[in-house]
Amino acid sequence: MLMQLAAIWNYLIVILLMMVGLFLVISRANLVKKLVGLSIFQTSVFLFYITLGRVSGGTAPILTDAPDTLYSNPLPHVLILTAIVVGVATTALGLALILRIRESFGSIEEDEILAAKNESAAADMAQAKPGAEA
Amino acid sequence: MTSIMIDMFLLGLLVFIAVMILRTGKLFAVIVMSGGYSLTSAAIFVNLDAVDVAFTEAAVGAGISTVLFLAAMSFLPAEEKAASKSDSTFSRTLIASIVCVVAGGLLVFAALDLPAFGDPNAPAHMHVAPRYLEESGTLLHIPNVVTTVLASYRGFDTLGETIVVFTAGLGVLMLLAGATRTRRPDAAQSTAQSTATSTARGKAKKGAAK
Repeated sequence: MLMQLAAIWNYLIVILLMMVGLFLVISRANLVKKLVGLSIFQTSVFLFYITLGRVSGGTAPILTDAPDTLYSNPLPHVLILTAIVVGVATTALGLALILRIRESFGSIEEDEILAAKNESAAADMAQAKPGAEA
Repeated sequence: MTSIMIDMFLLGLLVFIAVMILRTGKLFAVIVMSGGYSLTSAAIFVNLDAVDVAFTEAAVGAGISTVLFLAAMSFLPAEEKAASKSDSTFSRTLIASIVCVVAGGLLVFAALDLPAFGDPNAPAHMHVAPRYLEESGTLLHIPNVVTTVLASYRGFDTLGETIVVFTAGLGVLMLLAGATRTRRPDAAQSTAQSTATSTARGKAKKGAAK
């Protein structure tokens, strides 16, 4: 039982971390915290891939002269290298969007932004139909 | 065996940091903790033989993205608004919990079928990876297999990656350059107001410090 648990321990923790990230993204109204949640989710996916690429008794996939060396699987490492860099690019884009949202609506809290948006929409309606309010 | 123990300890540390991020309202603390989260996961990558991934994660994930967050924070309020006890907050938390529990349950169910941790006969190790490990040394004379696969076997993937990064950089530039140019007059007024209030707040803080 203990060995069985050790065999899937990494997967269970990774799933837990993923769900913490997802919970942050859905439940928090603050946009910066949503972005941090997204990066937690991302990092746990990286952990999942690297866990899959691990070979027990293996070593890092850098070729040595010794014959019969067991290496870990290099393919997940390559995929995740790409994903890390793309992840930073999306983070930068998200932060730029947050800065613009803050400039337009004066807030980075989701409910306040929605309220400000509804307010400005109502003001536009009132402007379009001047006779409507009177 | 020690490597498994280290692995379990570091994963436990990650869970601890994630829970602390969940509970903290101060955004600077949240950002620094997410940097620590990246660094801890880099340590796990070293332990799992992924040295290239580890130093990329330490440099890019823990370094650059923390710097980006901190740079953005200089324009943003430093604290999360305290959660009000309104119905919408409660229902949002409820929905998030339900989604997370259901999705997590499904993932755990799927994880039970995955090959055991470190199993050398897992299907993932049977496909192209052996070819990369056997061929690349004699064919391309680069000892680091990860570099070989990244730049040679899967060079087009890397080209696509640079295109994505370029597009994102372009998007950031356009978003932030437009911030100073295409500003509506009323929006400009409201930002002027907000900067005025923020300077007022800064003065108030200075006053408090005195």
